[in-house]
Amino acid sequence: MSYAGWILLTGALVGISCGLTGVLLILRKMAMMADAISHTVLLGIVAAYLVSSSLDGGSMLIGAMLAGLLTAWLVQWFESSGINTDAAIGVVFTTLFSIGVILISTSVGNVHLDVNHALMGEISFIPWNVIELPLIGPVPSATLLLLIVTIIVALVILLFFKEWKITTFDPALAASLGFPVLLMHYVFMTLVSVTTVAAFDAVGAIMVVAMLITPAASANLWTDRLSHMFLLSALFGVASSSMGYVVAIWLNTSISGSMAFSTGLIFLISYFFAPKHGQIAKRVYKTNEI
Amino acid sequence: MSVLTVQNLSSAYEKKLVLDSLTFSVNEGTLTGIVGPNGAGKSTMIKAILGLQPKISGSIEFFNGNEKKINQRVGYVPQRGAVDWDFPTNVLDVVTMGLYGQIGWLRFPNKKHRQLALEALEKVSMSDFAHRQISQLSGGQQQRVFLARALVQDADLYFMDEPFAGVDAKTEKTIISVLKELIDLGKTVMVVHHDLQTVPYYFDHVLLLNKELIAHGPTNETFTPSYLAQTYGGAIQWLGRDNNDRSFVQQ
Repeated sequence: MSYAGWILLTGALVGISCGLTGVLLILRKMAMMADAISHTVLLGIVAAYLVSSSLDGGSMLIGAMLAGLLTAWLVQWFESSGINTDAAIGVVFTTLFSIGVILISTSVGNVHLDVNHALMGEISFIPWNVIELPLIGPVPSATLLLLIVTIIVALVILLFFKEWKITTFDPALAASLGFPVLLMHYVFMTLVSVTTVAAFDAVGAIMVVAMLITPAASANLWTDRLSHMFLLSALFGVASSSMGYVVAIWLNTSISGSMAFSTGLIFLISYFFAPKHGQIAKRVYKTNEI
Repeated sequence: MSVLTVQNLSSAYEKKLVLDSLTFSVNEGTLTGIVGPNGAGKSTMIKAILGLQPKISGSIEFFNGNEKKINQRVGYVPQRGAVDWDFPTNVLDVVTMGLYGQIGWLRFPNKKHRQLALEALEKVSMSDFAHRQISQLSGGQQQRVFLARALVQDADLYFMDEPFAGVDAKTEKTIISVLKELIDLGKTVMVVHHDLQTVPYYFDHVLLLNKELIAHGPTNETFTPSYLAQTYGGAIQWLGRDNNDRSFVQQ
Protein backbone atom coordinates (compact mmCIF):
# COMPACT_ATOMS: atom_id res chain seq x y z
CA MET A 1 0.00 0.00 0.00
CA SER A 2 1.13 3.55 -0.64
CA TYR A 3 2.39 5.87 2.06
CA ALA A 4 -0.81 7.97 2.00
CA GLY A 5 -2.87 4.77 2.01
CA TRP A 6 -1.30 3.60 5.26
CA ILE A 7 -1.85 6.96 6.89
CA LEU A 8 -5.49 7.08 5.80
CA LEU A 9 -6.05 3.51 7.04
CA THR A 10 -4.37 4.30 10.37
CA GLY A 11 -6.47 7.44 10.74
CA ALA A 12 -9.63 5.53 9.88
CA LEU A 13 -8.87 2.92 12.55
CA VAL A 14 -8.30 5.69 15.10
CA GLY A 15 -11.65 7.13 14.02
CA ILE A 16 -13.50 3.83 14.43
CA SER A 17 -11.99 2.71 17.74
CA CYS A 18 -12.25 6.16 19.34
CA GLY A 19 -15.68 6.78 17.82
CA LEU A 20 -17.13 3.58 19.29
CA THR A 21 -15.57 4.05 22.73
CA GLY A 22 -16.57 7.71 22.72
CA VAL A 23 -20.30 6.94 22.53
CA LEU A 24 -20.18 5.20 25.91
CA LEU A 25 -17.97 7.96 27.32
CA ILE A 26 -20.54 10.59 26.35
CA LEU A 27 -23.57 8.63 27.54
CA ARG A 28 -21.90 7.69 30.82
CA LYS A 29 -20.95 11.35 31.25
CA MET A 30 -17.30 10.47 31.60
CA ALA A 31 -15.66 12.78 29.06
CA MET A 32 -13.34 14.08 31.77
CA MET A 33 -12.25 10.54 32.48
CA ALA A 34 -11.08 10.20 28.86
CA ASP A 35 -8.99 13.29 29.30
CA ALA A 36 -7.48 11.80 32.45
CA ILE A 37 -6.75 8.37 31.00
CA SER A 38 -5.32 9.79 27.79
CA HIS A 39 -2.63 11.40 29.96
CA THR A 40 -2.01 8.67 32.51
CA VAL A 41 -1.38 6.01 29.86
CA LEU A 42 1.89 7.88 29.36
CA LEU A 43 2.95 6.61 32.80
CA GLY A 44 1.87 3.12 31.77
CA ILE A 45 3.93 3.25 28.60
CA VAL A 46 7.02 4.55 30.38
CA ALA A 47 6.65 1.99 33.14
CA ALA A 48 6.20 -0.78 30.55
CA TYR A 49 9.36 0.41 28.82
CA LEU A 50 11.33 0.43 32.08
CA VAL A 51 10.22 -3.12 32.83
CA SER A 52 10.53 -4.69 29.37
CA SER A 53 13.05 -2.28 27.74
CA SER A 54 11.03 -2.31 24.56
CA LEU A 55 8.26 -0.30 22.96
CA ASP A 56 6.45 -3.19 21.30
CA GLY A 57 2.67 -3.19 21.12
CA GLY A 58 2.06 -5.87 23.71
CA SER A 59 3.91 -4.32 26.60
CA MET A 60 2.54 -0.87 25.76
CA LEU A 61 -1.01 -2.24 25.84
CA ILE A 62 -0.48 -3.92 29.19
CA GLY A 63 1.17 -0.83 30.66
CA ALA A 64 -1.67 1.37 29.41
CA MET A 65 -4.32 -1.00 30.73
CA LEU A 66 -2.73 -0.98 34.17
CA ALA A 67 -2.34 2.80 34.17
CA GLY A 68 -5.95 3.27 33.03
CA LEU A 69 -7.25 0.91 35.70
CA LEU A 70 -5.08 2.61 38.33
CA THR A 71 -6.54 5.97 37.30
CA ALA A 72 -10.13 4.69 37.42
CA TRP A 73 -9.55 2.97 40.74
CA LEU A 74 -7.88 6.00 42.36
CA VAL A 75 -10.64 8.34 41.16
CA GLN A 76 -13.28 5.94 42.48
CA TRP A 77 -11.45 5.65 45.78
CA PHE A 78 -11.17 9.43 46.28
CA GLU A 79 -14.81 9.85 45.30
CA SER A 80 -15.99 7.29 47.82
CA SER A 81 -14.03 9.08 50.54
CA GLY A 82 -15.95 12.26 49.81
CA ILE A 83 -13.81 14.17 47.26
CA ASN A 84 -15.63 15.81 44.32
CA THR A 85 -15.44 13.78 41.10
CA ASP A 86 -13.93 16.70 39.16
CA ALA A 87 -11.32 17.34 41.80
CA ALA A 88 -10.50 13.65 42.15
CA ILE A 89 -9.96 13.31 38.38
CA GLY A 90 -7.91 16.50 38.26
CA VAL A 91 -5.63 15.45 41.10
CA VAL A 92 -5.15 11.85 39.99
CA PHE A 93 -4.36 12.39 36.35
CA THR A 94 -2.00 15.34 36.73
CA THR A 95 -0.07 13.48 39.40
CA LEU A 96 0.24 10.26 37.43
CA PHE A 97 1.03 12.16 34.23
CA SER A 98 3.76 14.18 35.92
CA ILE A 99 5.34 11.00 37.25
CA GLY A 100 5.39 9.79 33.64
CA VAL A 101 7.00 13.04 32.47
CA ILE A 102 9.66 12.88 35.18
CA LEU A 103 10.45 9.25 34.36
CA ILE A 104 10.75 10.05 30.65
CA SER A 105 13.18 12.88 31.13
CA THR A 106 15.34 11.00 33.64
CA SER A 107 15.28 7.30 32.84
CA VAL A 108 14.36 6.85 29.23
CA GLY A 109 15.25 10.16 27.66
CA ASN A 110 17.29 8.65 24.84
CA VAL A 111 14.61 6.46 23.27
CA HIS A 112 12.14 7.84 20.78
CA LEU A 113 9.72 8.45 23.64
CA ASP A 114 9.55 12.13 24.31
CA VAL A 115 6.92 14.37 25.80
CA ASN A 116 6.22 16.15 22.54
CA HIS A 117 5.64 12.91 20.71
CA ALA A 118 3.43 11.63 23.52
CA LEU A 119 1.25 14.71 23.46
CA MET A 120 0.95 15.30 19.72
CA GLY A 121 1.69 11.95 18.11
CA GLU A 122 3.37 11.69 14.73
CA ILE A 123 1.23 9.84 12.26
CA SER A 124 3.57 10.68 9.37
CA PHE A 125 6.28 8.42 10.85
CA ILE A 126 3.98 5.45 11.20
CA PRO A 127 4.35 3.90 7.73
CA TRP A 128 8.12 3.60 8.20
CA ASN A 129 8.07 1.44 11.27
CA VAL A 130 6.93 -1.87 9.81
CA ILE A 131 6.84 -5.46 10.89
CA GLU A 132 6.74 -8.39 8.49
CA LEU A 133 3.56 -10.45 8.65
CA PRO A 134 3.34 -13.91 7.06
CA LEU A 135 1.22 -13.92 3.86
CA ILE A 136 0.49 -10.20 4.09
CA GLY A 137 3.95 -8.67 4.02
CA PRO A 138 5.21 -5.52 5.71
CA VAL A 139 2.62 -3.72 7.85
CA PRO A 140 3.23 -0.64 10.02
CA SER A 141 3.28 -1.94 13.58
CA ALA A 142 1.16 0.96 14.91
CA THR A 143 -1.50 0.23 12.30
CA LEU A 144 -1.54 -3.45 13.20
CA LEU A 145 -1.92 -2.60 16.90
CA LEU A 146 -4.79 -0.25 16.04
CA LEU A 147 -6.47 -2.92 13.94
CA ILE A 148 -6.32 -5.43 16.79
CA VAL A 149 -7.62 -2.89 19.31
CA THR A 150 -10.42 -1.76 16.97
CA ILE A 151 -11.57 -5.36 16.56
CA ILE A 152 -11.46 -5.91 20.34
CA VAL A 153 -13.42 -2.71 21.02
CA ALA A 154 -16.03 -3.51 18.37
CA LEU A 155 -16.45 -7.08 19.65
CA VAL A 156 -16.72 -6.13 23.32
CA ILE A 157 -19.33 -3.48 22.52
CA LEU A 158 -21.30 -5.72 20.17
CA LEU A 159 -21.30 -8.87 22.32
CA PHE A 160 -22.34 -7.00 25.44
CA PHE A 161 -24.58 -4.47 23.74
CA LYS A 162 -27.57 -4.88 26.04
CA GLU A 163 -25.34 -4.94 29.13
CA TRP A 164 -23.69 -1.66 28.07
CA LYS A 165 -27.09 -0.18 27.38
CA ILE A 166 -28.66 -1.06 30.72
CA THR A 167 -25.62 -0.27 32.89
CA THR A 168 -25.27 3.08 31.13
CA PHE A 169 -28.94 4.11 31.14
CA ASP A 170 -29.94 2.85 34.58
CA PRO A 171 -27.09 1.42 36.65
CA ALA A 172 -29.33 1.01 39.72
CA LEU A 173 -31.81 -1.18 37.85
CA ALA A 174 -28.93 -3.06 36.22
CA ALA A 175 -27.42 -3.83 39.62
CA SER A 176 -30.79 -4.92 41.02
CA LEU A 177 -31.14 -7.34 38.09
CA GLY A 178 -27.73 -8.80 38.91
CA PHE A 179 -25.55 -7.16 36.26
CA PRO A 180 -21.97 -6.54 37.46
CA VAL A 181 -22.10 -2.76 37.16
CA LEU A 182 -18.74 -2.05 38.78
CA LEU A 183 -16.94 -4.74 36.78
CA MET A 184 -18.39 -3.27 33.56
CA HIS A 185 -17.12 0.13 34.66
CA TYR A 186 -13.59 -1.22 34.94
CA VAL A 187 -13.88 -3.17 31.68
CA PHE A 188 -14.93 0.06 30.04
CA MET A 189 -12.01 1.96 31.59
CA THR A 190 -9.75 -0.75 30.18
CA LEU A 191 -11.28 -0.26 26.73
CA VAL A 192 -10.66 3.48 26.94
CA SER A 193 -7.05 2.83 27.99
CA VAL A 194 -6.23 0.41 25.18
CA THR A 195 -7.98 2.62 22.62
CA THR A 196 -6.00 5.59 23.84
CA VAL A 197 -2.64 3.85 23.77
CA ALA A 198 -3.29 2.38 20.32
CA ALA A 199 -4.15 5.82 18.99
CA PHE A 200 -1.20 7.34 20.84
CA ASP A 201 1.41 6.98 18.12
CA ALA A 202 -0.94 8.40 15.55
CA VAL A 203 -2.55 11.38 17.21
CA GLY A 204 -1.02 11.70 20.69
CA ALA A 205 -2.56 12.06 24.11
CA ILE A 206 -4.28 15.39 23.63
CA MET A 207 -5.71 14.88 20.16
CA VAL A 208 -7.04 11.46 21.13
CA VAL A 209 -9.48 13.25 23.43
CA ALA A 210 -10.86 15.08 20.41
CA MET A 211 -11.24 11.78 18.57
CA LEU A 212 -12.94 10.14 21.57
CA ILE A 213 -15.38 12.88 22.48
CA THR A 214 -16.25 15.00 19.48
CA PRO A 215 -17.50 12.45 16.91
CA ALA A 216 -19.67 10.83 19.60
CA ALA A 217 -21.02 14.18 20.76
CA SER A 218 -21.86 14.98 17.12
CA ALA A 219 -23.56 11.60 16.58
CA ASN A 220 -25.70 12.21 19.66
CA LEU A 221 -27.27 15.16 17.84
CA TRP A 222 -28.27 13.10 14.79
CA THR A 223 -30.06 10.09 16.20
CA ASP A 224 -32.27 8.70 18.95
CA ARG A 225 -31.06 5.12 18.60
CA LEU A 226 -28.05 3.78 20.42
CA SER A 227 -26.95 1.46 17.61
CA HIS A 228 -27.15 4.30 15.10
CA MET A 229 -25.18 6.51 17.43
CA PHE A 230 -22.32 3.98 17.45
CA LEU A 231 -22.32 3.72 13.64
CA LEU A 232 -22.52 7.46 13.09
CA SER A 233 -19.82 8.17 15.63
CA ALA A 234 -17.42 5.73 13.96
CA LEU A 235 -18.33 7.22 10.58
CA PHE A 236 -17.67 10.77 11.81
CA GLY A 237 -14.36 9.56 13.25
CA VAL A 238 -13.29 8.13 9.89
CA ALA A 239 -14.48 11.24 8.05
CA SER A 240 -12.59 13.53 10.43
CA SER A 241 -9.34 11.65 10.12
CA SER A 242 -9.49 11.49 6.31
CA MET A 243 -10.53 15.11 6.02
CA GLY A 244 -7.80 16.07 8.48
CA TYR A 245 -5.16 14.33 6.40
CA VAL A 246 -6.26 16.05 3.20
CA VAL A 247 -6.31 19.44 4.89
CA ALA A 248 -2.90 18.84 6.46
CA ILE A 249 -1.35 17.98 3.09
CA TRP A 250 -3.03 20.95 1.46
CA LEU A 251 -1.92 23.46 4.09
CA ASN A 252 1.30 21.59 4.91
CA THR A 253 0.47 21.52 8.62
CA SER A 254 0.19 19.06 11.53
CA ILE A 255 -1.83 15.98 10.58
CA SER A 256 -3.13 15.21 14.07
CA GLY A 257 -4.01 18.87 14.57
CA SER A 258 -6.02 18.93 11.34
CA MET A 259 -7.76 15.69 12.29
CA ALA A 260 -8.83 17.09 15.65
CA PHE A 261 -9.89 20.30 13.97
CA SER A 262 -12.03 18.30 11.53
CA THR A 263 -13.88 16.62 14.40
CA GLY A 264 -14.67 20.11 15.71
CA LEU A 265 -15.91 21.16 12.27
CA ILE A 266 -18.22 18.12 12.04
CA PHE A 267 -19.52 18.91 15.51
CA LEU A 268 -20.21 22.51 14.55
CA ILE A 269 -22.16 21.41 11.46
CA SER A 270 -24.10 18.88 13.55
CA TYR A 271 -24.79 21.40 16.27
CA PHE A 272 -26.60 23.67 13.83
CA PHE A 273 -27.92 21.39 11.10
CA ALA A 274 -28.55 17.94 12.64
CA PRO A 275 -32.18 17.09 11.82
CA LYS A 276 -32.99 15.62 15.27
CA HIS A 277 -31.38 17.85 17.86
CA GLY A 278 -29.61 20.59 15.88
CA GLN A 279 -30.28 24.21 16.81
CA ILE A 280 -32.12 24.99 13.57
CA ALA A 281 -34.33 21.91 13.82
CA LYS A 282 -35.19 22.88 17.39
CA ARG A 283 -36.14 26.40 16.32
CA VAL A 284 -38.33 25.04 13.54
CA TYR A 285 -40.12 22.64 15.91
CA LYS A 286 -40.72 25.44 18.36
CA THR A 287 -42.15 27.74 15.69
CA ASN A 288 -44.42 24.96 14.47
CA GLU A 289 -45.73 24.34 17.97
CA ILE A 290 -46.68 28.00 18.34
CA MET B 1 -45.48 -16.11 54.90
CA SER B 2 -42.60 -13.68 55.09
CA VAL B 3 -41.00 -12.67 51.79
CA LEU B 4 -38.46 -10.29 53.28
CA THR B 5 -36.71 -10.42 56.62
CA VAL B 6 -34.45 -7.55 57.59
CA GLN B 7 -32.35 -7.79 60.73
CA ASN B 8 -30.29 -5.05 62.36
CA LEU B 9 -29.76 -3.25 59.06
CA SER B 10 -27.51 -0.20 59.44
CA SER B 11 -26.07 1.97 56.69
CA ALA B 12 -24.02 5.17 56.49
CA TYR B 13 -23.07 7.87 54.01
CA GLU B 14 -19.52 9.11 54.55
CA LYS B 15 -19.53 7.99 58.16
CA LYS B 16 -22.90 9.57 58.91
CA LEU B 17 -25.38 6.97 60.07
CA VAL B 18 -28.54 7.07 57.92
CA LEU B 19 -30.14 3.76 58.88
CA ASP B 20 -29.95 2.62 62.47
CA SER B 21 -30.40 -1.13 63.04
CA LEU B 22 -33.73 -1.72 61.31
CA THR B 23 -35.44 -5.00 62.03
CA PHE B 24 -38.70 -6.00 60.35
CA SER B 25 -40.26 -8.61 58.15
CA VAL B 26 -42.75 -8.24 55.33
CA ASN B 27 -45.52 -10.71 54.63
CA GLU B 28 -46.48 -12.01 51.22
CA GLY B 29 -49.29 -10.16 49.48
CA THR B 30 -48.98 -6.92 51.44
CA LEU B 31 -48.83 -3.41 50.03
CA THR B 32 -46.64 -1.33 52.30
CA GLY B 33 -46.16 2.42 52.25
CA ILE B 34 -42.72 3.54 53.44
CA VAL B 35 -43.28 6.89 55.10
CA GLY B 36 -40.97 9.39 56.78
CA PRO B 37 -39.60 12.93 56.50
CA ASN B 38 -36.99 14.05 53.96
CA GLY B 39 -33.63 12.49 54.71
CA ALA B 40 -35.22 9.76 56.81
CA GLY B 41 -33.36 7.13 54.77
CA LYS B 42 -36.33 5.76 52.79
CA SER B 43 -34.51 5.44 49.46
CA THR B 44 -31.35 4.35 51.24
CA MET B 45 -33.25 1.57 52.95
CA ILE B 46 -34.51 0.22 49.62
CA LYS B 47 -31.04 0.48 48.11
CA ALA B 48 -29.46 -1.24 51.10
CA ILE B 49 -32.00 -4.06 50.92
CA LEU B 50 -31.28 -4.47 47.19
CA GLY B 51 -27.54 -4.40 47.79
CA LEU B 52 -27.05 -1.15 45.87
CA GLN B 53 -25.86 0.71 48.96
CA PRO B 54 -23.27 -0.79 51.29
CA LYS B 55 -24.50 -1.71 54.73
CA ILE B 56 -22.47 -1.50 57.92
CA SER B 57 -24.22 -4.36 59.57
CA GLY B 58 -27.30 -6.50 59.37
CA SER B 59 -28.70 -9.33 57.32
CA ILE B 60 -31.36 -9.44 54.63
CA GLU B 61 -33.21 -12.58 53.66
CA PHE B 62 -35.56 -12.87 50.69
CA PHE B 63 -38.25 -15.55 50.48
CA ASN B 64 -37.08 -17.23 53.71
CA GLY B 65 -33.68 -17.83 52.21
CA ASN B 66 -35.10 -20.49 49.92
CA GLU B 67 -34.09 -18.67 46.79
CA LYS B 68 -30.48 -18.37 45.83
CA LYS B 69 -31.02 -16.33 42.71
CA ILE B 70 -33.31 -13.55 43.85
CA ASN B 71 -32.49 -11.01 41.13
CA GLN B 72 -35.34 -12.00 38.83
CA ARG B 73 -37.83 -12.26 41.68
CA VAL B 74 -37.16 -8.84 43.14
CA GLY B 75 -38.22 -5.83 41.05
CA TYR B 76 -37.07 -2.25 41.51
CA VAL B 77 -38.54 1.02 40.26
CA PRO B 78 -35.93 3.73 40.90
CA GLN B 79 -36.80 7.40 41.19
CA ARG B 80 -37.64 8.88 37.84
CA GLY B 81 -34.93 11.53 38.18
CA ALA B 82 -32.22 8.90 38.60
CA VAL B 83 -31.78 8.39 34.86
CA ASP B 84 -30.95 10.58 31.87
CA TRP B 85 -34.13 10.83 29.79
CA ASP B 86 -32.12 12.16 26.83
CA PHE B 87 -30.55 8.73 26.42
CA PRO B 88 -30.88 7.62 22.78
CA THR B 89 -33.60 5.00 23.10
CA ASN B 90 -37.36 4.61 22.84
CA VAL B 91 -40.15 3.54 25.20
CA LEU B 92 -40.36 -0.08 24.06
CA ASP B 93 -36.61 -0.47 24.47
CA VAL B 94 -36.66 0.85 28.04
CA VAL B 95 -39.47 -1.53 28.99
CA THR B 96 -37.59 -4.45 27.40
CA MET B 97 -34.70 -3.70 29.80
CA GLY B 98 -36.84 -5.23 32.54
CA LEU B 99 -36.23 -8.58 30.81
CA TYR B 100 -32.46 -8.20 30.34
CA GLY B 101 -31.76 -10.19 33.51
CA GLN B 102 -33.74 -13.14 32.14
CA ILE B 103 -32.34 -12.97 28.62
CA GLY B 104 -28.82 -13.87 29.76
CA TRP B 105 -25.32 -13.05 28.56
CA LEU B 106 -24.46 -12.97 24.85
CA ARG B 107 -28.13 -13.07 23.86
CA PHE B 108 -30.23 -10.32 22.40
CA PRO B 109 -33.86 -9.39 23.00
CA ASN B 110 -36.13 -10.95 20.36
CA LYS B 111 -39.72 -10.70 19.17
CA LYS B 112 -41.08 -12.59 22.18
CA HIS B 113 -39.45 -10.12 24.58
CA ARG B 114 -40.77 -7.16 22.64
CA GLN B 115 -44.24 -8.71 22.72
CA LEU B 116 -44.06 -9.01 26.52
CA ALA B 117 -42.92 -5.40 26.74
CA LEU B 118 -45.86 -4.29 24.58
CA GLU B 119 -48.28 -6.14 26.86
CA ALA B 120 -46.80 -4.40 29.89
CA LEU B 121 -47.18 -1.04 28.12
CA GLU B 122 -50.82 -1.92 27.50
CA LYS B 123 -51.37 -2.31 31.25
CA VAL B 124 -50.17 1.24 31.92
CA SER B 125 -52.01 2.70 28.88
CA MET B 126 -48.81 3.56 27.08
CA SER B 127 -49.09 1.34 23.98
CA ASP B 128 -49.42 4.34 21.70
CA PHE B 129 -46.06 5.59 22.87
CA ALA B 130 -44.08 2.40 22.24
CA HIS B 131 -41.89 3.92 19.56
CA ARG B 132 -41.67 7.37 21.07
CA GLN B 133 -38.23 8.72 21.98
CA ILE B 134 -38.10 8.82 25.80
CA SER B 135 -37.07 12.48 25.97
CA GLN B 136 -40.50 13.39 24.58
CA LEU B 137 -42.44 11.96 27.52
CA SER B 138 -44.10 13.90 30.32
CA GLY B 139 -43.21 13.11 33.92
CA GLY B 140 -46.26 10.93 34.41
CA GLN B 141 -45.59 9.04 31.17
CA GLN B 142 -41.99 8.46 32.26
CA GLN B 143 -43.28 7.00 35.52
CA ARG B 144 -45.66 4.68 33.68
CA VAL B 145 -42.80 3.49 31.46
CA PHE B 146 -40.80 2.65 34.59
CA LEU B 147 -43.80 0.83 35.99
CA ALA B 148 -44.21 -1.19 32.79
CA ARG B 149 -40.52 -2.07 32.93
CA ALA B 150 -41.04 -3.47 36.43
CA LEU B 151 -44.21 -5.34 35.40
CA VAL B 152 -42.53 -7.06 32.49
CA GLN B 153 -39.96 -8.47 34.89
CA ASP B 154 -42.80 -10.39 36.58
CA ALA B 155 -41.12 -10.29 40.01
CA ASP B 156 -42.71 -11.44 43.27
CA LEU B 157 -41.49 -8.60 45.45
CA TYR B 158 -41.36 -5.00 44.23
CA PHE B 159 -39.69 -1.90 45.61
CA MET B 160 -40.86 1.43 44.19
CA ASP B 161 -39.16 4.71 45.01
CA GLU B 162 -41.68 7.55 45.01
CA PRO B 163 -43.72 6.49 41.97
CA PHE B 164 -46.40 9.05 42.84
CA ALA B 165 -44.03 12.03 42.99
CA GLY B 166 -45.08 14.79 40.61
CA VAL B 167 -47.37 12.74 38.37
CA ASP B 168 -50.69 13.68 36.76
CA ALA B 169 -54.06 12.33 37.89
CA LYS B 170 -54.24 9.77 35.09
CA THR B 171 -50.86 8.31 36.00
CA GLU B 172 -51.80 8.23 39.67
CA LYS B 173 -54.91 6.21 38.81
CA THR B 174 -52.91 3.86 36.62
CA ILE B 175 -50.33 3.26 39.34
CA ILE B 176 -53.03 2.51 41.91
CA SER B 177 -54.79 0.02 39.65
CA VAL B 178 -51.49 -1.67 38.79
CA LEU B 179 -50.62 -1.93 42.49
CA LYS B 180 -54.03 -3.48 43.21
CA GLU B 181 -53.55 -5.94 40.38
CA LEU B 182 -50.13 -6.96 41.67
CA ILE B 183 -51.51 -7.56 45.17
CA ASP B 184 -54.40 -9.59 43.70
CA LEU B 185 -51.81 -11.77 42.00
CA GLY B 186 -50.27 -12.47 45.40
CA LYS B 187 -47.24 -10.26 44.91
CA THR B 188 -45.73 -8.03 47.57
CA VAL B 189 -45.04 -4.34 47.03
CA MET B 190 -43.19 -1.73 49.08
CA VAL B 191 -43.61 1.89 48.03
CA VAL B 192 -41.78 4.99 49.23
CA HIS B 193 -44.54 7.55 49.62
CA HIS B 194 -44.59 11.23 50.49
CA ASP B 195 -48.21 12.30 50.54
CA LEU B 196 -49.53 11.52 54.03
CA GLN B 197 -53.14 12.28 53.07
CA THR B 198 -53.37 9.35 50.68
CA VAL B 199 -51.51 6.80 52.79
CA PRO B 200 -54.61 5.20 54.43
CA TYR B 201 -56.32 4.88 51.03
CA TYR B 202 -53.44 3.32 49.13
CA PHE B 203 -51.67 1.00 51.55
CA ASP B 204 -52.70 -1.86 53.81
CA HIS B 205 -49.41 -1.70 55.70
CA VAL B 206 -47.23 1.22 56.73
CA LEU B 207 -43.57 1.39 57.65
CA LEU B 208 -42.67 4.58 59.50
CA LEU B 209 -39.01 5.44 59.20
CA ASN B 210 -36.79 8.18 60.49
CA LYS B 211 -33.28 6.80 60.53
CA GLU B 212 -34.63 4.14 62.85
CA LEU B 213 -37.79 2.12 62.49
CA ILE B 214 -40.63 3.88 64.33
CA ALA B 215 -43.44 1.47 63.55
CA HIS B 216 -44.37 -1.19 61.05
CA GLY B 217 -47.65 -3.04 60.63
CA PRO B 218 -51.24 -2.80 59.40
CA THR B 219 -52.17 0.76 58.48
CA ASN B 220 -54.88 1.20 61.14
CA GLU B 221 -52.42 0.23 63.88
CA THR B 222 -49.34 2.14 62.74
CA PHE B 223 -50.63 5.19 60.92
CA THR B 224 -51.62 6.90 64.15
CA PRO B 225 -51.01 10.43 65.44
CA SER B 226 -48.58 9.34 68.13
CA TYR B 227 -46.40 7.27 65.79
CA LEU B 228 -46.52 10.02 63.17
CA ALA B 229 -45.48 12.64 65.71
CA GLN B 230 -42.60 10.36 66.66
CA THR B 231 -41.61 9.95 63.02
CA TYR B 232 -41.80 13.61 62.11
CA GLY B 233 -40.40 14.82 65.41
CA GLY B 234 -43.63 16.50 66.47
CA ALA B 235 -43.64 18.72 63.40
CA ILE B 236 -47.05 17.54 62.36
CA GLN B 237 -50.49 18.83 63.08
CA TRP B 238 -53.44 16.60 63.61
CA LEU B 239 -56.38 18.07 61.76
CA GLY B 240 -59.34 15.89 62.41
CA ARG B 241 -60.25 12.32 62.86
CA ASP B 242 -62.96 9.84 62.20
CA ASN B 243 -62.63 6.16 61.55
CA ASN B 244 -62.38 6.31 57.78
CA ASP B 245 -61.11 9.72 56.98
CA ARG B 246 -57.93 11.05 58.39
CA SER B 247 -55.92 13.96 57.30
CA PHE B 248 -52.73 15.59 58.34
CA VAL B 249 -50.89 18.73 57.60
CA GLN B 250 -47.17 18.44 57.55
CA GLN B 251 -45.35 21.44 58.93
